[in-house]
Amino acid sequence: MLNQVKAIFSSRRSTWPKRLYGHGDPIWTLLLIFGSLLVPLLILAVGWMLWNQSAAARAEFGWNFLLPTLDANWDPIASNFQAWPFVYGTLLTSVVAIALAVPMSVGVAIFLAELCPSWLRLPLNWMIELLAAIPSVVYGLWGIFVFLPNIVAPVGSLMSKTLGQIPGLAPLFAGPMPHSGVSRLGAAFILAIMIMPTITAVTRDVLLSIPNSQREASLALGSTQWEAIWKVLLPYGLSGILGAILLGLGRALGETMAVTMVIGNSITGKPSLLSPGYTMASVIANEFAEAVSELHSQVLIEIGLVLFFLTLALNVAARLLVWSVARRTLQEVRS
Amino acid sequence: MTDVQPQLTVNQAALRARRKATSALMLSLTGVMTLLAVVPLLSIIGYVVYRGGKSLDLSFFTQLPKPLGMEGGGVLHALEGTIVMTTLAAIFATPPGILAAFYSAYHPNTPLGVALRFSTDVLSGVPSIVIGLFGYAVIVVPARHYSGLAGGAALAILMLPTIIRTAEEMLKMVPHSLREASLALGAPEWKTALSVVFPAALNGIITGFLLAVARAAGETAPLLFTALGNERYDVGMIIRNGVAQNQSVLQIIGRIVDQPVDSLPLTLWKYAQQPYPERIEQSWAIALVLMILVLALNIFARLWVESRKRRLQG
Amino acid sequence: MEDMLAKVATHLYTENDRLHPSPSLQIKMETRNVSVYYGKFRALKEISMVVYANRITAIIGPSGCGKSTLLRSLNRMTGLIPNARVEGEILLDGEDINSPNVDVVDVRRRVGMVFQRPNPFPKSIYDNVAYGPRLHGIHRKKDLDEVVVRSLQQAALWDEVKDKLHQSALALSGGQQQRLCIARAIAICPELILMDEPASALDPLATLKIEDLMHELVKNYTILIVTHNMQQAARVSDYTAFLMMDEDRAGYLVEYGPTRELFTNPKDKRTEAYITGRFG
Repeated sequence: MLNQVKAIFSSRRSTWPKRLYGHGDPIWTLLLIFGSLLVPLLILAVGWMLWNQSAAARAEFGWNFLLPTLDANWDPIASNFQAWPFVYGTLLTSVVAIALAVPMSVGVAIFLAELCPSWLRLPLNWMIELLAAIPSVVYGLWGIFVFLPNIVAPVGSLMSKTLGQIPGLAPLFAGPMPHSGVSRLGAAFILAIMIMPTITAVTRDVLLSIPNSQREASLALGSTQWEAIWKVLLPYGLSGILGAILLGLGRALGETMAVTMVIGNSITGKPSLLSPGYTMASVIANEFAEAVSELHSQVLIEIGLVLFFLTLALNVAARLLVWSVARRTLQEVRS
Repeated sequence: MTDVQPQLTVNQAALRARRKATSALMLSLTGVMTLLAVVPLLSIIGYVVYRGGKSLDLSFFTQLPKPLGMEGGGVLHALEGTIVMTTLAAIFATPPGILAAFYSAYHPNTPLGVALRFSTDVLSGVPSIVIGLFGYAVIVVPARHYSGLAGGAALAILMLPTIIRTAEEMLKMVPHSLREASLALGAPEWKTALSVVFPAALNGIITGFLLAVARAAGETAPLLFTALGNERYDVGMIIRNGVAQNQSVLQIIGRIVDQPVDSLPLTLWKYAQQPYPERIEQSWAIALVLMILVLALNIFARLWVESRKRRLQG
Repeated sequence: MEDMLAKVATHLYTENDRLHPSPSLQIKMETRNVSVYYGKFRALKEISMVVYANRITAIIGPSGCGKSTLLRSLNRMTGLIPNARVEGEILLDGEDINSPNVDVVDVRRRVGMVFQRPNPFPKSIYDNVAYGPRLHGIHRKKDLDEVVVRSLQQAALWDEVKDKLHQSALALSGGQQQRLCIARAIAICPELILMDEPASALDPLATLKIEDLMHELVKNYTILIVTHNMQQAARVSDYTAFLMMDEDRAGYLVEYGPTRELFTNPKDKRTEAYITGRFG
């Protein structure tokens, strides 16, 4: 890139007018460079803006207001900002969503990559893609009126009756489960459905990128098809699949609208998965446009900054992992 | 060297039966999971069609909302807002997106090329609500008011990764020989790119563009504090007033984009949380419109890609 | 012509002349009229031949004549290709491997395979060799250690890797990787080892090592090797089958017999043309 820029400048000295009008390539190159600088610059700008706009809040509260407390108090009018309930809601719903989505997604990816008859592959891939394309608010609407009352509510009350009775797990599964299904569990379920296409698609691509010689090596040693998948293909693609999971986690952490619609948006002291809750993204969505004070909006931006850094880190890690599988495969093909 | 290896002493037949049963069980489990994964999609489509279809009529598209308690009324304001903001977003995002795609396709291994691909992937993972905050800080705060322009800019950022990635794929698919043929005739790089490579990749680029539009049209979070929402948004009225007051086209466009604007998903979100049945019915209707839009654009784009692939292969 | 062939043969057979069909010569595998189809395309036409126990049998022929297809049908790897179909009988110790009451997993346990390119798993050397035994129910560390050591010794790799058993197999050289794949294959005591051009991706020195190894292995195992390299077939094998393509591109068996006879005194004109280099 440096060379290209140098070339532009050196060409200016020598044949500037002819190059510019008769030829035009230096301008073209400059345009291309401008276009490709835009995205990295945008990411830097987002970070810088959020950092800047939350300066007062950071000066006032630092990062401690995100940490766990027992008497969480969020009162914008009194300038009491303790964000632990949001952080807890975000972490709990995302982790549960991942736990629900990962086995499912890996299973679907295995089916798509290894088993699916070819006539079924295209329609199924389409369906998974469509699942990813449905707008978040539509998930939320369907969640409120269909999924939560009919599926999540019964599942939740079953959980409170069974898991909730086990001493160690009781606080996490304490009832009662709301009949509407509005709860952290509901949000986790919706998130799981929403991130499943992402994890599935990446895992499927990872599996498809594994050289066929690996499958053959295992089968020729007398393995069953499942053993080939479980003991050879999944370990081979493990870092890529971890990357897929991190991508899904990033999605879940930042997902706003659907979660806001189904989680209940209430700050309860209860840690239970079956109670309504709140998340970092939801509190920004609900309160930012009507922030009561400069400090209030700054605190919300600071929460946004945390979300940004978290998802940034997850995405960078995820991409590096996915790339590493692709690169290894490439090396093997070359060697 | 001994003659025989240690024999496999385990009862092989029984072990084999167990292994094969495990394999069959797990493999069919993945099939069941795939079936289960498709259920939400079918359920969502089914409910949206069933409940949205009931309250979808022509006035839904042609009228502004009526006050609560009155019959009828539509979401014209939101439809117009969605069209205005997605158009703005497309205008903002497409030129730099395609330039970046050209760079990425031709110089994938330069530091900038790697940085571009990496940051494109990363940008697609940044939560849309964060992009909304960014739009607020960059446009709404300096301008001191919410606007469709800010909403369009926020949507443009979300469109960028999709546009860049699909356009890059398509540009890479254009045979190298085509480019070389043009360059060998003495055409400069930019002319080759714009008049030879770009047209050859155009179909695919449009496909990616449509997918990006579909995504942007369904986004809500980035609009919450940029476009904000506006129940009285009426493009027709703005144009009629503008014409009556002899305003220039630019002034009229300025008034269209430089005020708070509503959108379909934004309206859905607001309506779905209200306790009034007619609002909820309308939010299902909006969901239906959004789903039709998203499904149509996706299916259309896929069919296009598939037919093109087939043509290239055959 | 005769002179030249004789010269080549004596040169090749001065050291490794093991060709004295003993009365105890046993048939390990036999194919009867085996045809393989990919959809409507017939890739192999009615191949009938035998593979003798504790001997090396080579399959030679011009590229595309179905050598690899034949090899892969013998441990039912053809079943992995959609719409591939095998007709005829493939008898392993007299039992048809394609009959419904024979288990494909068991067939592949008994008939091992070494591929054209080394394909070790991205695991440690130890885990590569232990993979098969673990599948088939050997889990005690002591047993596994014994199998791994013995397999690596038999594959003539032990001395080179004994200090780095737990390092990644991908760090080995190409020739070492291929010998590791052979060790991996013999770790489950296959009765027959299929080798699909096992040295085609290796340099001459590594190739030589693999060939020496085959001579060692054949004391305990039966080997069927596909090769495009006639010298290699002549060097290593006891029996040779020569395949060609007919006008429909289906492979058929031209001639089969003891390697020495086939190379010194081919019965078929086409064989003679091929081995003297006037063809393919």
